[in-house]
Amino acid sequence: MSETTVRDVTGQAAIAAMFERTKAEGRAAFLPFAMMGYPTLAESIDAVEAMSKLGVDGFEIGVPFSDPLADGPVIQHASQTALENGVTVEAGLEAIRELRRRGVAQPMLLFSYINPLLAYGTDRLAAELLAAGGDGLICPDLPPEEAHWFDALGKHGLALVFFAAPTSTDARLALVGQKATGFIYVVSVTGTTGARRELPPDLTEYAARLRERIDLPLVMGFGISTPEQAAQVSKVMDGFIVASALIRVAPEGVQAVAKLAGTIRAAL
Amino acid sequence: MQPYIQANSTNVPDERGYYGEFGGRFVPETLVPALDEMTAAYFEAMSDPAFQAELSHLQATYTGRPTPLTYAKRLSERLGGAQIYLKREDLAHTGAHKINNALGQALLAKRMGKQRVVAETGAGQHGVASATVSALLGLDCHVYMGSVDIARQQPNVLRMKLLGAEVLPVESGTKTLKDAVNEAIRDWVTNVRDTFYLLGSALGPHPYPLMVRDFQSVIGTEARRQILEQAGRLPDVCVACVGGGSNAIGLFHAFRDDADVELIGVEAGGHGIAGGEHAARFADPNIGRPGILQGARSFVMQTPAGQVVNTHSISAGLDYASVGPEHAFLRQNERAHYTYATDEEALAALQTLSRTEGIIPALESSHAVAEALKLAPTMPKSSILLINLSGRGDKDLDTVMRELKID
Repeated sequence: MSETTVRDVTGQAAIAAMFERTKAEGRAAFLPFAMMGYPTLAESIDAVEAMSKLGVDGFEIGVPFSDPLADGPVIQHASQTALENGVTVEAGLEAIRELRRRGVAQPMLLFSYINPLLAYGTDRLAAELLAAGGDGLICPDLPPEEAHWFDALGKHGLALVFFAAPTSTDARLALVGQKATGFIYVVSVTGTTGARRELPPDLTEYAARLRERIDLPLVMGFGISTPEQAAQVSKVMDGFIVASALIRVAPEGVQAVAKLAGTIRAAL
Repeated sequence: MQPYIQANSTNVPDERGYYGEFGGRFVPETLVPALDEMTAAYFEAMSDPAFQAELSHLQATYTGRPTPLTYAKRLSERLGGAQIYLKREDLAHTGAHKINNALGQALLAKRMGKQRVVAETGAGQHGVASATVSALLGLDCHVYMGSVDIARQQPNVLRMKLLGAEVLPVESGTKTLKDAVNEAIRDWVTNVRDTFYLLGSALGPHPYPLMVRDFQSVIGTEARRQILEQAGRLPDVCVACVGGGSNAIGLFHAFRDDADVELIGVEAGGHGIAGGEHAARFADPNIGRPGILQGARSFVMQTPAGQVVNTHSISAGLDYASVGPEHAFLRQNERAHYTYATDEEALAALQTLSRTEGIIPALESSHAVAEALKLAPTMPKSSILLINLSGRGDKDLDTVMRELKID
């Protein structure tokens, strides 16, 4: 209920509005990732709230899984700690609800692997995600062929994000573009999540290839950790995600996370 | 030459890799094109007589196939019931059935032009098999192995190193097979363009459960022919242990249309089902439920919140939280039945077989023997029970001696 007092639109519409605004401002949307429960549940919620006041554009709200096979060591470690702190899908939804209560207005997408989401129940997930004030879902081990598991999200106007990878064929890019709502998560390089010294040199060509086959906004992730990289990606993509770099400083406290997010935002 | 394997020889899986409601392909997008490429290359290879001929030739001249079917006379007499036959995969090169699949996949890797191979291993048998076929075919082999398994399977670690493979310890999660699979997948997703993931059991995303089944089906194809030659008829019961389930599916596949042959898979009962310290995915409905782990939908040992739980088995090769999707399918269709043997029962069975037949089975295979010890006395003397003896026990001597307090 508090949700409607904060925002005019929800779900896919809220995400579309975000991209309209950032496009008008001539920059890419910045979506930080936060693992709920790392280093503690309270600190992870506080970190999102703090970043929301720095002009970031949206959030990926992470719920841990015991076997995060798409993730590198930093997020693996955060997942393990978050699990030890008892974070479940329920806790992730409650965190979103709490952040809306605190006045966070940006789009928030839940992130988790498929097994905990199926265990929670997909119909229930869609209803509860909407009620909590969430706008969509990102699930790294859900390929577009299996989109039907989460049909309930679309019925509630929520976004279901799929991934494009450097290895994706043209036919797969078309499929990803057809099945996804909200945006496409563009994997920067083959590999797991984690900071990288350099992004691939051919970002412009990569973006052009994707745009030929996909109409949705393109949001790049995997390896973006510095203001320089953010600025570079901002020129060719519609948005970007920073995850491991923020998670790495999370144990230093909310201020450290906010400081890094602020520096990246300032570079855009 | 008669090919051992016929691709797509049954109606499962469907083209998306589903065995009924189980299986599929739940992996990051980066890997999907690689799996598509692998599927196409696999079907193409299997329909190429030259590939089949090379595989058959190496099976005969390198692996030592066909492996014998041994009549266990003294054990049968002692149990007083069914006549027991042992399919001797322990006599295959490297001492276990794992070589059947490793050889097939390595030939496919070579055919696809992938020079670098990654593999996971639990007990070390698949790691040894992968290192062996990599040496044979000149591939660059990297094996991920949980540090807990490294500690309990030292001889196999040394074998892999001697064979020129790099053994990479895995310190994440439970430090066992499941975590080794995670790390192998992470390596593959990073190096996907030049690397072949040589997965060792009938699990993971499509086409692995299909490929592994087909490469292992040589076990059942031979066993079926051999029992007909030796006993003049089909067995009443086939028994195999089930971790991921590759030796079991390899045996079962040839008998799938023989409705009178009962198929029994034996999971690891660990310290018993009640305490939850086991790897019996089908035996404990509080923990073992349909879920998705490492690319496939199957039975997964998990919390109510969908987190994968720690498993326990005395045998590293059965110590895994999920099970091959075709086993979930065979169980649902009631074509196969699944039971379990505890650590203690497996150890007792290992000693019984050692002393009655002069064959020391692997701890994994000892679970199948344990079920046979229970079942055979209840069957008539005219009946036949066939056990897949999937591996030899040399690798387990340290564990067995410690458990039995033998000096």
